[in-house]
Amino acid sequence: MAMLTVNRLTKKFGGITALDGIDFSIEKGEVMGVIGPNGSGKTTLINCITGFIKATAGDIIFNGRNIRGMKPHKIVNLGICRTFQIMRPYSSLPAYKNLIIPLYGPRARKTGGWRGGGRHGDRNIIALDLLEEVGFERESKVPYKLAGTLPTGYLKRLELARCLALNPDLLICDEVFSGLSMSEIASMVPLIEKLNKSGVTIIMIEHRLKELFRVARRVMAISYGEKIVEGSPEEVMANEKVKEAYLGA
Amino acid sequence: MQTEKRKERIDRGIKIRSDGIYALSSWREITYLIAPRFLLIGGLLAAPLLLHFFPYWQKVLLIICIYALLSMAFDFLANYVGLVCLGGSFFVGVGGYGAALLNKYLLLSPLISIPLAALFGAAFCTLLLLPCLPLRGVYFAIITLMYPLMMTRIIEAFELFGGTNGMMDIQGFGNPWIEQYFLVVATLVFLFALRRLSVEDLGLVIRGIKDNDQSVRASGINITFIKAQAIFYASFLGCFAGAYLAHVYMWAGLSMFALDFSIIPIAATVVGGGGSLLGAVLGAILLVPLSEVLRAFGPLRIVVYSLILTVVIVIKGEGLLNYLSRKYHQFERWVEI
Amino acid sequence: MEILIYGIVNSFKLILIAFGFTLVYGTSRLPNFAHGAIFVFTGFVAWIMMHKLNLPFLPAALLSLACAALVGVVIYQFILKRIRGMNMNEIIATYAIGVALIETFRWLGFKGTTFTLPVVKEGVVFIADVPVDYQRLMVVAVGLVMLAAVWAFTKFTRTGRALRGIAQDERAAMMLGIDSDMTATLAMALGSALSGLAALMLFPLGSIVVEAGYNTLIFALAVCMVGGIGSWSGTVLAAFVLGFLQVVTVTYLATHFQMVVTLAAIIATLILKPSGFFGKHKELEERV
Ligand SMILES: Nc1ncnc2c1ncn2[C@@H]1O[C@H](COP(=O)(O)OP(=O)(O)O)[C@@H](O)[C@H]1O
Ligand SMILES: [Mg+2]
Repeated sequence: MAMLTVNRLTKKFGGITALDGIDFSIEKGEVMGVIGPNGSGKTTLINCITGFIKATAGDIIFNGRNIRGMKPHKIVNLGICRTFQIMRPYSSLPAYKNLIIPLYGPRARKTGGWRGGGRHGDRNIIALDLLEEVGFERESKVPYKLAGTLPTGYLKRLELARCLALNPDLLICDEVFSGLSMSEIASMVPLIEKLNKSGVTIIMIEHRLKELFRVARRVMAISYGEKIVEGSPEEVMANEKVKEAYLGA
Repeated sequence: MQTEKRKERIDRGIKIRSDGIYALSSWREITYLIAPRFLLIGGLLAAPLLLHFFPYWQKVLLIICIYALLSMAFDFLANYVGLVCLGGSFFVGVGGYGAALLNKYLLLSPLISIPLAALFGAAFCTLLLLPCLPLRGVYFAIITLMYPLMMTRIIEAFELFGGTNGMMDIQGFGNPWIEQYFLVVATLVFLFALRRLSVEDLGLVIRGIKDNDQSVRASGINITFIKAQAIFYASFLGCFAGAYLAHVYMWAGLSMFALDFSIIPIAATVVGGGGSLLGAVLGAILLVPLSEVLRAFGPLRIVVYSLILTVVIVIKGEGLLNYLSRKYHQFERWVEI
Repeated sequence: MEILIYGIVNSFKLILIAFGFTLVYGTSRLPNFAHGAIFVFTGFVAWIMMHKLNLPFLPAALLSLACAALVGVVIYQFILKRIRGMNMNEIIATYAIGVALIETFRWLGFKGTTFTLPVVKEGVVFIADVPVDYQRLMVVAVGLVMLAAVWAFTKFTRTGRALRGIAQDERAAMMLGIDSDMTATLAMALGSALSGLAALMLFPLGSIVVEAGYNTLIFALAVCMVGGIGSWSGTVLAAFVLGFLQVVTVTYLATHFQMVVTLAAIIATLILKPSGFFGKHKELEERV
């Protein structure tokens, strides 16, 4: 049975239809990519799945349970974690203290959080471990700096670390690569691969297609809130409608 | 030839080292760190003794503590949780009536009825504010402005608890020493407990809500529940102050929902400097005696406070405490260019 | 029948009271918590002009409206302009300045019920056997004229269109060269004058008391919150809902309950639909 199934999901903002009957499903252990031009409704799709906005119609089935209309924190505690495209860290707190907050939550306490450490042991140490995992230099001052002063690359990692702290079953990344340099991306890709190997199902929204195709076996393309095609990366890129949507022809 | 000079500011070495990690090597450094704390704690504890011969100023000290508690509640909600509460008097009134009821009908003595009133009052306030917790910014401010008014109108309309006359003949403290030390110690305890809370994990979550509530929700935390807890703490302080007042004045009435209890704490926090709780206390210590001086002028007091408040906000003042602590941690010297 | 007629009159009272606030918030996102203070201020200024300077009603009214507008401009230029965008500070500062204004009058000795403004025309008419005095009819008439005037102003004049443009999309309007400072000043002047107009219409029904300042602010906020802050049509609708609700309360319960019911209505609105009838704020805020 599929881990997550989305049926005819529709979202209207007043007159605008941001999502128009999206269907897809994802199996456990899979990595799926979602692509589409800006404003096509990718972030809205995530917001609906994770409960941040209420879908107008449709169903979202996660592990056999309809989660549409549930509160965001409940959905997180079922195991769906997401990153934010617009990063707003807790800027008045040091970077590592940012992770205390997810570690404090019920999910981290129940599952033990990252590598089971959240149940026992010092949250500060776990936070530093986590930051090291996503590529903060542990011996440097960076983990102790105020999150508001960190550059984009570190913020994206911090955002990812926040999700890892929650020990997700399904991780949804909203454009984690955008705004990063080539070398930064190169160091993030293995991290994603490693996560997937450890059993986390991942949905990645991405504009950096080359890197996306390294990790995602299956890709869905949406445009103006409608799914236009789904399949292997090659199939999707060969599709006429995708080219049209991206080139705006 | 004329040499130009400019002022140079340098952080004291100890300040840089002592941000979180303490490695002290001399009495001098230890004194440097604890002197300000000692001044506050020692000062407040000694005050009732020093003021022994000035009974009038003893009352002022009590009012300072009352407003310090209220200012701390406002500061905590505004600068840690991000909820600006314009109706602090709501807490005072609820606490006051609570203590009066406990004392009158259950015949509890002040030392028991005050903590109990604070507890039940805080639970009551939290319950009533629960529907407003999802609101943010302007909406929350407006709605809290309405709560004290709502309470007065309800009490008037239903003639509850003595209606417009209030409840009289509440038991007083009897012993002035207990009366004073009870409040002074409680104020200090609450101050340091709240400051402690703000660096604990729960405190971090609360501050996280102010920075970015969406991200807290995305971390699987029920922000309404956390906010309710924060409201509980703040209203506990407010209700404590109110309950105490009821026993000091031996009366609980509608004027406990009055504007003074809402606006003076805001002024104190803004003047003293928000975001540290200490600033709020400092503001109360500063503004309350001022209000005693102005007592003869009646409504003019509120006018003065409001104007001070407006001016400090408009010139974007950082608050007295932040200014003082900056000066304390820095050398200043003139250097030639 | 009585309820219908007095309900309508009461609704127009609320429209007069609340419209200035909505106008300012809707066009410039400025919460003018000094709204109630300007209301009493206008009343007292008009009274002073009539009784101390012995001016006739009409010039006194016009002058006091001008004063109200001036106060609005001063508040914007000296206070709000410097802290614009900092929402909480805007609220606290305007509220504080409003409190200062109201309490100054109290301090100056404007207490009790001896201060009254004259009605425009004495007398009563019977509408379907219900006695209604002329002043109450005036309230309805002036309310209608005001709505029409504001509508025409924002529809047909250049400045008015600028106001509307900035209300809809501030950034786009600024790119088109609309000065947001200028429009905000204008909105404050207009909003304050409307508050003053409400005062001139409503104070003759009773007497000028300082407490009216707080009550007016509460009623204006109530109407705006139920209608959705900043939404004009929402304000009108909410004024009718609350207006009738209040009249029904007064008829069947007691005057005391008027405020209780109003406040309960706000709280109910906030729980059921936090953005109010026509508020668009919430949905946009949810952008994540
Ligand atoms: N909260 C909102 N209110 C109104 N419209 C919105 C909101 N969020 C997104 N939209 C609209 O929905 C469409 C899809 O946006 P989005 O999902 O952010 O696109 P993407 O992430 O693919 O770039 C856009 O036209 C956007 O303007
Ligand atoms: Mg997006």
